[in-house]
Amino acid sequence: MTEVSSVTAAIAVIDWQALSLSLQLASATALLLLPLAIWLARLLAWSQFRHQGALEAAILLPLVLPPTVLGYYLLLGFGGASPLGQAYHALTGRALVFSFDGLLAASLVFNLPFAVQPMQRSFAAIPREVREAAWVSGLSRWQTFLRIELPLAWPGIAAALALTFAHTLGEFGVVLMVGGSLPGETKTIAIAIYDQAQAFNDSAAAGMSALLLALSFVAVLLVTRLGRSVLRR
Amino acid sequence: MKLVARLEQSAPIPLAADIACDSGELLALVGPSGSGKSTILRCLAGLHRPAGGSVRCGDETWFDAVRGVEVTPQRRRVGFVFQHYALFPHLSALANVMLALQHLPAPERAAKARHWLARSKLEGLEDRRPAELSGGQQQRVAIARALAREPQVLLLDEPFSAVDQVTRRKLLRQLIEMRRSLAIPIILVTHDLEEAALLADRMTVLHHGYTLQTAPPDELLARPASVLVARLTDQPNIFFGKVIEQSPATDTTLIDWLGKPLQACYHAGPVVGDRVCWVVPEAGVILVRDHQAERENTFTATVSERLAWRGHATVSARLGEGQGRDATLSFAIGTAVAQRRGIVSGARIVLQLQKAAICLTAGDRTSGSQFGH
Repeated sequence: MTEVSSVTAAIAVIDWQALSLSLQLASATALLLLPLAIWLARLLAWSQFRHQGALEAAILLPLVLPPTVLGYYLLLGFGGASPLGQAYHALTGRALVFSFDGLLAASLVFNLPFAVQPMQRSFAAIPREVREAAWVSGLSRWQTFLRIELPLAWPGIAAALALTFAHTLGEFGVVLMVGGSLPGETKTIAIAIYDQAQAFNDSAAAGMSALLLALSFVAVLLVTRLGRSVLRR
Repeated sequence: MKLVARLEQSAPIPLAADIACDSGELLALVGPSGSGKSTILRCLAGLHRPAGGSVRCGDETWFDAVRGVEVTPQRRRVGFVFQHYALFPHLSALANVMLALQHLPAPERAAKARHWLARSKLEGLEDRRPAELSGGQQQRVAIARALAREPQVLLLDEPFSAVDQVTRRKLLRQLIEMRRSLAIPIILVTHDLEEAALLADRMTVLHHGYTLQTAPPDELLARPASVLVARLTDQPNIFFGKVIEQSPATDTTLIDWLGKPLQACYHAGPVVGDRVCWVVPEAGVILVRDHQAERENTFTATVSERLAWRGHATVSARLGEGQGRDATLSFAIGTAVAQRRGIVSGARIVLQLQKAAICLTAGDRTSGSQFGH
């Protein structure tokens, strides 16, 4: 009886709306970033072009910048006074800052290094001759991508997806700067935990933190397992 | 079906190569590392675009820099065996071969792939991945995959370099057997001259991307077009001398070598007084008995080294009296003969240089004139 009541109490303190928003944001970020990161990773792994170093540095930048600095610049870039913010408003009638759309756009930017890096390493590990062998065997570039590159790079792609998903669930600084804390729109689980901790609501903060920990762990575990099994198949 | 190519570029590796290979012919490209052998194969397969030249296979033009023609690797129908085989590591041997059967309807591919694997003596290994196969088996999968494409040209890039010596001999024998049934041009890149001599109908010697000479292996060794070719084909007996007599009537070119006259067959070109380079293959140096020393081109020598391997001995012998008038000749005999004749270090012997085997050759191709007038 006591156990049932404690579980009910734990469920009651969780901000389900914030959790759902976080899950939506993490899934949308991972899905949208997948093709973009694959394209960037292949480009950086196999091509040599001018300003390659600058592009790589720009992609890695979110890794070293304080989230508040990144958030500040994104706020400037997405704001109503910015060309991007104005174009978005003209197109959709909505603002880019303090909205889910803006949060998603920011999430794509701050997750770039987490998505591109593991993929780039995976694609770079595929010997050039293996791709060339596919071409001389008659496979088109697209067939080579689907049947040779993708299965061989899959562990890196899976790792990238897991990292992106887990990192989005936990991101705090950028989310707060760009999205604020609007319930149902930009208030993610990480911000809900912060709010509860600030209000000395320890049981809610602890419950949601444990849930986030478990979710992140399962996400990473699932995707890396999937990566291994695809390679073994 | 004949493959004819002229390839030109200045970077990243300079190329000025002419390649011609007939149906059923095996042409070996030999040369040191960095001589452009593999780049030539990549150009033929469409994996590298040279700055200039053309590639034609039968009636088809695969590449023509002037006309702007460039056929993709997918449409060239080339069988390519890569140096480290480049098998698809995530796929079984069967699936590796099936991928090269894109030209067949999907339901026919598995049976055809099994056929090609069986021809490469790989029955029972169809489901194994490359990592579960030995080096020799991987090479056979790579050959099966290359042939499954039913190619118009077969390109082999150092296919024996990644296997041990014993496997290499087996695979060489299999390749010799297999090529009899192939009526397409086959181009083999190798840095192993013995392998090239064993397999090839003709050999092309490359240096810094230039094709220096193309000839059947025996002819290439007996008649190198230049001292560079002689050096690149590992000829041990390369010497210089001065022409002292030209006599077409007696089919003789007389050379002053180490202060003694040396008879070669008549070579048009050099004139009396020219400094020339001449080579004699190991097989053109004969060990003779003392009483036969009156023969032409005989020299007394001292054995300096004897290296024996599998019944054959390579002997180095020193000729002359020093003061710049000496040289080391290399020749080969059976170890049993060497034993019987007491060919040990320090032994005095008489050697005859066969007149017909002596070849006068041009100096370095960059030296300008063919012979040093």
